[in-house]
Amino acid sequence: MRRALVIAAKDLRLRIRDRSAFIIGFLVPFGLAGIFSLTLADVDEEGDIQVAYTVVDLDGGHLAGGFVDLLGSLDFVELGEASTVAEAERLADGGEVDAAFVLPEGFSDSVGAGRGGEIRVLVDPRSDVGGLVARSLARSFAGDLDAVTLSVATALASGAPPEEAQGLAERAGAVPPAARLDRDAAESRTLSTTGFFAIGMAVFFVFFTVEFGVRSLLDERQDGTLARLLVAPLRPAWIVAGKVLSGFVVGVVSMGALVIATGAFLGAEWGNPVGVILLVLFGVASAVAVTALVATLAKTPQQAGGYTSLVTVVLGLIGGTFFPISQASFLGTVSLVAPQAWMMRGFLRIAGGGEVAEVVPSLLVLSVFVVVTGSAAVVRARSLMGR
Amino acid sequence: MTRTLRRMPEPVLRTSGLRKAFGDRVAVDDVGFHIAVGETYGLLGPNGAGKTTTISMVCGLLERDAGEVSVDGRRVATDTTDAREAIGYVPQELAIYPDLTGRENLRFFARLYGIGGEDLDRRVDETLEVVDLTDRAGDRASEYSGGMKRRLNIGLGLLNRPKLLVLDEPTVGVDPQSRHAILASVERFREQGMAVLYTTHYMEEAERLCDRVGIIDEGKLMAEGTRRELVALVGHEDRVSLQASGDLGAAEAALARLEPVVDASRREEGLDLVVHGARTALPQILMTAAGAGADVSTVEVAEPNLEAVFLHLTGKALRD
Repeated sequence: MRRALVIAAKDLRLRIRDRSAFIIGFLVPFGLAGIFSLTLADVDEEGDIQVAYTVVDLDGGHLAGGFVDLLGSLDFVELGEASTVAEAERLADGGEVDAAFVLPEGFSDSVGAGRGGEIRVLVDPRSDVGGLVARSLARSFAGDLDAVTLSVATALASGAPPEEAQGLAERAGAVPPAARLDRDAAESRTLSTTGFFAIGMAVFFVFFTVEFGVRSLLDERQDGTLARLLVAPLRPAWIVAGKVLSGFVVGVVSMGALVIATGAFLGAEWGNPVGVILLVLFGVASAVAVTALVATLAKTPQQAGGYTSLVTVVLGLIGGTFFPISQASFLGTVSLVAPQAWMMRGFLRIAGGGEVAEVVPSLLVLSVFVVVTGSAAVVRARSLMGR
Repeated sequence: MTRTLRRMPEPVLRTSGLRKAFGDRVAVDDVGFHIAVGETYGLLGPNGAGKTTTISMVCGLLERDAGEVSVDGRRVATDTTDAREAIGYVPQELAIYPDLTGRENLRFFARLYGIGGEDLDRRVDETLEVVDLTDRAGDRASEYSGGMKRRLNIGLGLLNRPKLLVLDEPTVGVDPQSRHAILASVERFREQGMAVLYTTHYMEEAERLCDRVGIIDEGKLMAEGTRRELVALVGHEDRVSLQASGDLGAAEAALARLEPVVDASRREEGLDLVVHGARTALPQILMTAAGAGADVSTVEVAEPNLEAVFLHLTGKALRD
């Protein structure tokens, strides 16, 4: 094992000398996190998300009123009222509000009669986070209304008198705020824009930072030094272990530096330190394993660089490192194939004030990524070494 | 009655029945040889003859389809590390880390061989001295000249004081000065008692360095032995080339009648002879030519060499 450490130390020395680890592992993600958080206008003085919405209540019924009350109860929402749809459109188009909600006439009655209802969301196209949050709120409320509609329709179909439908709808709808709304909004409600992008950039770039580890086997093969390593009295597994270890160390140091720097200089809050450390360790391990597998599918270092960049960008995007992804959406389901999504989910929970126990599912899934992709990478690495 | 058995020293390297195929192409077929302590053994053959594949199996870099390899009495295999401590390997291409200094390159590989503590610095310093890089030890290898990189490449193979040093065409693409330095180094290693396996397609290098030579072509070891033994395979006739003018026809006829002369032929500006023992027959040849009316200006004698042996064994020239 000591020889694996010797190889890891040599690789680390080379990485430090070419400075790319510092640039990709720290400078770029730190810079991007700073730029994103500064350029997004949805940040208040304290760094928390503040959005301005307006609502047009043409219905005036109890369900529409419940939605307005719900919006008003959210401390990150500055809520105004518009009297007409045209006024709401003007406010949203002019950027005076991030989004406007239109509750049409007869909305509550329609839902109460089991026919469902529709909430229109008019979004200021320049507002990124505000628009996303508005859609998420409306979608979540609509999901709860679907349940109300279904309950009423079921009751009516079972022979309940129509005059009881209104009371049934009121009782079914009297469970606000819906649990799912709380979950979906929780991350946005408690997490600053800076915090989100600090996490997103750290997770996105750590896959670039660690990919050199096993890929350097291909470099060594191309440069002839792999043959020299293989003639030395050490097992091939130690060579792979050295490569994995160097990637892991660089990844952990890079993420650790980002956690500290974004906290100190950008004001990002990462949350419970134990949870953060666990997520960094498991996340970096999964990044090393996934990029190792991708790299070992290539024949040349150049090819490996292309493959890992492609996979890293695609998984990073669907993993929600650049924008929040609602778990209830189709993309939310697709994102589960990306370790980045599980890292993001864990970090966002912790950053949002969650306890360590809440990241256990993320840690377990990341462990599965490590075992499955890591095992396949080791098998592939042996063939790279001509064995 | 007791018999006293004289034990022969165990060869440092022993190979037998080596075979390796890549798909349908057999790269090495039933190759076997051994190298004793202090012996330099050359594998001579053209590019693609199977030299590198053979030494890859010797060093445990390549799984063999058949055959056995042992170094210092220990079996070599891709999945064992025992014998590797006794092997020093110098690949054909430079195998160094350009972003590390010469000293860092040496220290890294020394540690892989388990050398540490005070031994580490001492061994690295010794090696730097052997390859004449002490003054530039702190410079990155990327800043070295081509010759210096080559010397570092060789130094890395010497760190573990190997019992068997394997050099794979170390002079390919090297300038004459560095080439001379490399050949002189190999001669020193032999004097120090190291067994050396040296692959080359340069006949002159094999003749200069190697105690024994194995001639390899198309994956087969065609013949092996000392230079003298190999030359004996093609007979002992020398080629004598006379630059001459005058009555060349009469000289050709007179020379053809001499007993040591096997064959005589005339060309535009002289005569070519195939002679048995040219060095002793030369005075008689020159007197006969002069007596027949030929005026000889220069004489060249070419004794049989490994090039001729290769041609004899394979029907093609080494450079093909």
